[in-house]
Amino acid sequence: MGGFGHYLAIHFDTLRKEFWFLFVGGVANGFLYGMVAVGYTLVYGVLRLINFAHSEIFMSGGFAGYFVMKALIGTSSPSGFATVYLIVIGIVAGGVVGAVVATLLERVAYRPLRKRNAPKLAYLISAIGASYFLFNMAGKEFGRYSISVPQPYINHTVFTIFGAPVQLYYIVILIAGVIMLLGLDRVVATTKLGRSIRAVAQDAETASLMGVNIDRTIALTFIVGGALGGAAGFLFGLGTGVVYTMGFTPALKAFTAAVLGGIGNLRGAMIGGLLLGVAESLSVVFVQAAYIDVVAFGILVAVLLFRPTGILGERLGRAA
Amino acid sequence: MKTFFNNPMVRRFITAAAVLAVVAVMTGPAGSTEAPTSGFTGSFSERSSFFGLFETVRWVPFLFLALVFFGLWTMWLARGTQIKSAGAKVMAVPRAATERRPVRWGIGVVLLFVALILPHVINDPFWQAAMVEQIAVYVLLAIGLNVVVGFAGLLDLGFVAFYAIGAYVTAWVTGALPTPPLFGIHMDPFFAIPIAIVIVMVAGIVLGVPTLRLRGDYLAIVTLGFGEIITIFANNLYGITGGSQGSALIPHFSLHIGPIKYAWGLTPVPYYYLTLIFVVLFLAAFSLLEHSRVGRAWTAIREDEVAAESVGINPLKYKVMAFAIGASTAGFAGVVTASQSNNIFPSSFSLAFSINILVLVIFGGMGSIFGVVLGALIIQTGSMYLLHTPPAGYQSSDLYIYLGALLVVMMIFRPAGLVPSRRRRREIVLSKAGEGHPDEVLTGDEP
Repeated sequence: MGGFGHYLAIHFDTLRKEFWFLFVGGVANGFLYGMVAVGYTLVYGVLRLINFAHSEIFMSGGFAGYFVMKALIGTSSPSGFATVYLIVIGIVAGGVVGAVVATLLERVAYRPLRKRNAPKLAYLISAIGASYFLFNMAGKEFGRYSISVPQPYINHTVFTIFGAPVQLYYIVILIAGVIMLLGLDRVVATTKLGRSIRAVAQDAETASLMGVNIDRTIALTFIVGGALGGAAGFLFGLGTGVVYTMGFTPALKAFTAAVLGGIGNLRGAMIGGLLLGVAESLSVVFVQAAYIDVVAFGILVAVLLFRPTGILGERLGRAA
Repeated sequence: MKTFFNNPMVRRFITAAAVLAVVAVMTGPAGSTEAPTSGFTGSFSERSSFFGLFETVRWVPFLFLALVFFGLWTMWLARGTQIKSAGAKVMAVPRAATERRPVRWGIGVVLLFVALILPHVINDPFWQAAMVEQIAVYVLLAIGLNVVVGFAGLLDLGFVAFYAIGAYVTAWVTGALPTPPLFGIHMDPFFAIPIAIVIVMVAGIVLGVPTLRLRGDYLAIVTLGFGEIITIFANNLYGITGGSQGSALIPHFSLHIGPIKYAWGLTPVPYYYLTLIFVVLFLAAFSLLEHSRVGRAWTAIREDEVAAESVGINPLKYKVMAFAIGASTAGFAGVVTASQSNNIFPSSFSLAFSINILVLVIFGGMGSIFGVVLGALIIQTGSMYLLHTPPAGYQSSDLYIYLGALLVVMMIFRPAGLVPSRRRRREIVLSKAGEGHPDEVLTGDEP
């Protein structure tokens, strides 16, 4: 036991030294996970199923952002106002393409099954097929190597907290994430669309009796979730480059985040994303970098076993 | 304008054109990182022949196919029911014949005979190797996954994990890993078969007991994660698995029973027969299992878990059983592959592998043993053919585009698969007579 105590002492010492550095990166990742996780949670609310192809919405957003950045930036190195404008364009491009892919997905892989009142297993299989089709298609068309995205800024340390450097990239994610997640929260809580999403999530049949168009609401839910997923794909690609398989791991983690917060619970997904991002980042101290993905998976299994309703609890269709 | 697009004929044509445009891109030339749009443009503008008749550009034959598709679709809408009933009349006699037990046995014997002489008919070394590595082994894997997905209705996306465990146990037992072998002696791969099957089944139970309590969609994602985790461990535990380098030489099978001495070698045909023996054994076992008490319990759980529990079936127990029994074939397949190819590499145990097996089960027909075997034969032979003689513009990794599309198409148009299981067929017939819903039997819906 002495050996183990020693091990912990060393690692907690490292943790104390590196805490803020890891925390900053974890929060930035957490916002990305949160943006993808809300896509899972929204779709789960209205359809009661996990959208297995959400990873490919993320991937297509990443590629859309790459193409736009490549076309607009080329070899120049923008700064100042141009940076802001380029990032907004990139997010919009990622979001639009994500929404388009999500819509197509809903039309092709989900709607025919819904019309037939198919069982859950059929949806899962169809979504897995669609996911496989999409990312391998991307591999065929865009090559199978990771490409780095032209940067709309020169990444540098903007300021430090407790000695930990905060890079511009993290600040971009933070601002974009806060704006989009707050915006989504307000849309779902206050608008007519949000009301119909919540109504369908609570009880689709009754909602349709009250005059809610279920088909339209489901399609719009996919668009909203897809837009955020695509935008997150762009922001992710900005940091780590784009490749056809880029969706798999972040999406698995975002799903973990959604379950962690309580699937169907919008704010839960955001909090779950942040918690997972930070927990994963801090775990670097204790495990080798190669096993980082195992940590997220371990959290997923632990949550499913001990608290399958998540931190905030499953809440389908209630505001917040 | 709006009325124009609401016209069903117009919508049908647009859909047909869109489907064929997707097919054109799927089969078209590949793009690249430097020229990412070249794949799309090339799919339509590249020169190609119009079905061997004259030279033209690609969009012409595809537009023609879209028109044909549109015509067939329109005809099907007008005449579909007549064609279906005519088809049912033609098929009635053979279908009734195959319902009879002696006929089924006869077909089985004939198929077995064909399987026995096949390696003597096919002399091409590529196909002889493919018959073992890509066809016989995959048939085995498919009938194993069919127990999990088809009989018990559990979506397992981490089937590759059990296959990997089987392969690594073989390497371990034969002393090909950095870890000292079991009991400190280098055993023949034959001993690896029971050891691997037992270890894989234990792994199935260990993974199954906690996770099989979960809802179906959670189970899918947890097994998916498990499949990835196994690869991560295999890749990084250098001292135990040999890391990304894989293992040292794994010996071939050899037999020493009294006067009988036989050693398997590099040639694939002996491995073919060895695998065939196990395919037959597993087929027999699973066919018996399907109609046993256990098999009926699986059906009950799949169709309605709450109802099954209320009549005294313990769902968790039977689900774990399905998980472990299905995994056993993957364990055996791992042993055969490891011994035959001499090497194992973590990179070969990917998610793509699990999906490939899932496609075989879905295409053939969930829960239908004959269907799954047929599906596995068709798809694996097809994919091997594509590998052997690739058409212009085809890369081997494009296979997964087709498999993914196939999953979606099957779920939309024929969720019961190529050869639906007999129970399923009965449900479809009943639902046409107005009793029940054809999809209810696929899996129990969540409460």
